[in-house]
Amino acid sequence: MARKDRMSGNEAVAFAIRQINPDVMPAFPITPSTEIPQMVSTYIANGEIDTEFIPVESEHSAMSAAIGSEAAGARTLTATSSAGLAYMWEELLLAASNRMPIALALVNRTLSGPININCDHSDGMGARDTGWIQIYAENNQEVYDNFIQAYPIAEDPEVHLPIMICQDGFITSHAVENIELLEDEEVKEFVGEYEPEEFLLNPGKPIAVGPYSVTNYAMEAKKNQADALKHSQEIVLKVAEEFEKISGRKYGLFEEYRTEDADYIMLIMGSAAGTAKQAVDDLRAQGKKVGVIKLRLFRPFPAEELAEALKNAKAAAIMDRAESYNGNGGPLGSEVTAGLYRKKIMIETVNYIYGLGGRDFTVQEVYDIFGELEDFIENGNAPEQFKYIGLRK
Amino acid sequence: MSSYNVKEMMSKKDRLAPGHRMCAGCGATIGVRAVLRALHEEDHAVIANATGCLEVSSFMYPYTAWEDSYIHNAFENAGATLSGVETAYKVLKKRGKLPENENFKFIAFGGDGGTYDIGFQSLSGAMERGHDLVYVCYDNGAYMNTGIQRSSATPMYADTTTTPAGKCSDGKMQNRKDLASIIADHDVAYVGQSTFTLNFNDLHKKAEKAIYTEGASFLNLMTPCPRGWRYPTEDIMEICRLAVETCYWPLFEVEHGKWRLTYEPKKKLPIEDFLRPQGRFKHLFKPGNEHLIEEFQAEVDRRWEDLLYKCNR
Repeated sequence: MARKDRMSGNEAVAFAIRQINPDVMPAFPITPSTEIPQMVSTYIANGEIDTEFIPVESEHSAMSAAIGSEAAGARTLTATSSAGLAYMWEELLLAASNRMPIALALVNRTLSGPININCDHSDGMGARDTGWIQIYAENNQEVYDNFIQAYPIAEDPEVHLPIMICQDGFITSHAVENIELLEDEEVKEFVGEYEPEEFLLNPGKPIAVGPYSVTNYAMEAKKNQADALKHSQEIVLKVAEEFEKISGRKYGLFEEYRTEDADYIMLIMGSAAGTAKQAVDDLRAQGKKVGVIKLRLFRPFPAEELAEALKNAKAAAIMDRAESYNGNGGPLGSEVTAGLYRKKIMIETVNYIYGLGGRDFTVQEVYDIFGELEDFIENGNAPEQFKYIGLRK
Repeated sequence: MSSYNVKEMMSKKDRLAPGHRMCAGCGATIGVRAVLRALHEEDHAVIANATGCLEVSSFMYPYTAWEDSYIHNAFENAGATLSGVETAYKVLKKRGKLPENENFKFIAFGGDGGTYDIGFQSLSGAMERGHDLVYVCYDNGAYMNTGIQRSSATPMYADTTTTPAGKCSDGKMQNRKDLASIIADHDVAYVGQSTFTLNFNDLHKKAEKAIYTEGASFLNLMTPCPRGWRYPTEDIMEICRLAVETCYWPLFEVEHGKWRLTYEPKKKLPIEDFLRPQGRFKHLFKPGNEHLIEEFQAEVDRRWEDLLYKCNR
């Protein structure tokens, strides 16, 4: 039976961890994810769970210890943000290449500099090529639901890859919202026991992890890893289907909001999707044919599916909450347009950078963007194809 | 602790199998085998290894020389990695997911680069948290795997590829970091410093104590590298003996904060005896460089006196 409650996004993740009762959690404090290890420590201190918490001396050691623990056969997780994730970077790659199904609660915060503690996606985007599965959430309910789906996806024998469950720093991590929680028993049954086939602590069956791989073998290892990541897309959908059965809540690769006949679509990720949906409702009421695609699964990137979903639009606004310093577009802008090109879907696109360092993203800005797309198509007034929105005048 | 019989010990089955790719006469493998001989036969182990010569030469896909479970993660994090393994053991035992009667011990091996320098933070964290594991530094006094660059374990005046001796340089300008002492100040269960001498009795006893004392332990082993130190490969035991007899590498242990000298040379030899056979110190013996040897001797003396004081001698 579902339970209604109200919680912040961090509380929701900590509550999911309480329900899963994983084996080991190494973690290091950083704003705005710090509350998660704090809350888990409190659950442990009060005897509500018997997870072993390792208070490591850095995020690099958090991910290093997580790899050791996971290799030893223990279900492991950590949480971090921003510079913490950047400091883990080397180990993120190793977690993925050693095929360790570690879960990481990422509370998105901008990367320095300038130092700033607020939300954007530059931390997650900076780790986009590390081989992790990445799932983003719009609100507290979604981050809770995504976390409960994390281990069934990551530990699937055909996947065996680490997974990042992402939410927007402060915007969802600290804002309290209504939420529907599953019962503890439902979660335990859904997530199940972790039974790895091979692990360090298997008496009489020793294994060796992390080989030096010469040129004769290294390339195949990388290809196998890439195949597993690609394949995880199917597993994400399979697990979502199972999750719907116990929760009644439906998840996919992305959510399509009022796009069925839309001429103009905004593609966006994270909490700002809520703002975009509000603006779409307002514009629909004025007769504008507009819609939103909210990307949930960023890695692996569902390029073909997104291209298909955009093909009937006249123009799309691709929204990036991260700069990628290539002079040519943000991460979503580059990958979505590459996907469209490969499918020979030649719709117009404009790639907007918004909300860096916690800058507000407003309903008015969404109106303006849709207005710009319409002016582009109707009157031929082409905007720059890659631009910022919401800068100080 | 079991009594030590050198013949018996040397006939124990090696837990690092032959066929690895380490150099002939390499000190690291001698050290590893000596430490692993201290494991009781009925016990399992998980070995963690920092990136370095030992790792790239002993676990080259698809071959491994390790008889026990083994994990290599990266250069700077053997301490943190093994702390994760040890914690997993604790929780899986607690939850009844591992057989009651099977015991595991946890041993990390790192070179001095991976231990004194880049892995120092990770090691310090693991020691401070008090995980039940042993971290063994095989100290050969430079980054040998990448081609003999100086580390903070390199002795003063050593000629390395990043501190070359030359017209304007006497080699490395700084004294070596005293890591065993630094780790002892972490208030860990056990610290031992040893090398290959005295029939390996000293090393064996320290390894056994380190492995079987509950809590965090640290072993600092001087493991000469014939390539980096430039002495004839077959002279390794003599080099080790001279390091100990000159008090360059004293043998001591710190058990729960109590310092103890485990060997005292009957007659302390002059440091030249240790330096002369090694090519990395050749420039010290050029006419006009006598003062450099005097300074080296003064530093050895200072550290020896300090150690005697700590050991209440």
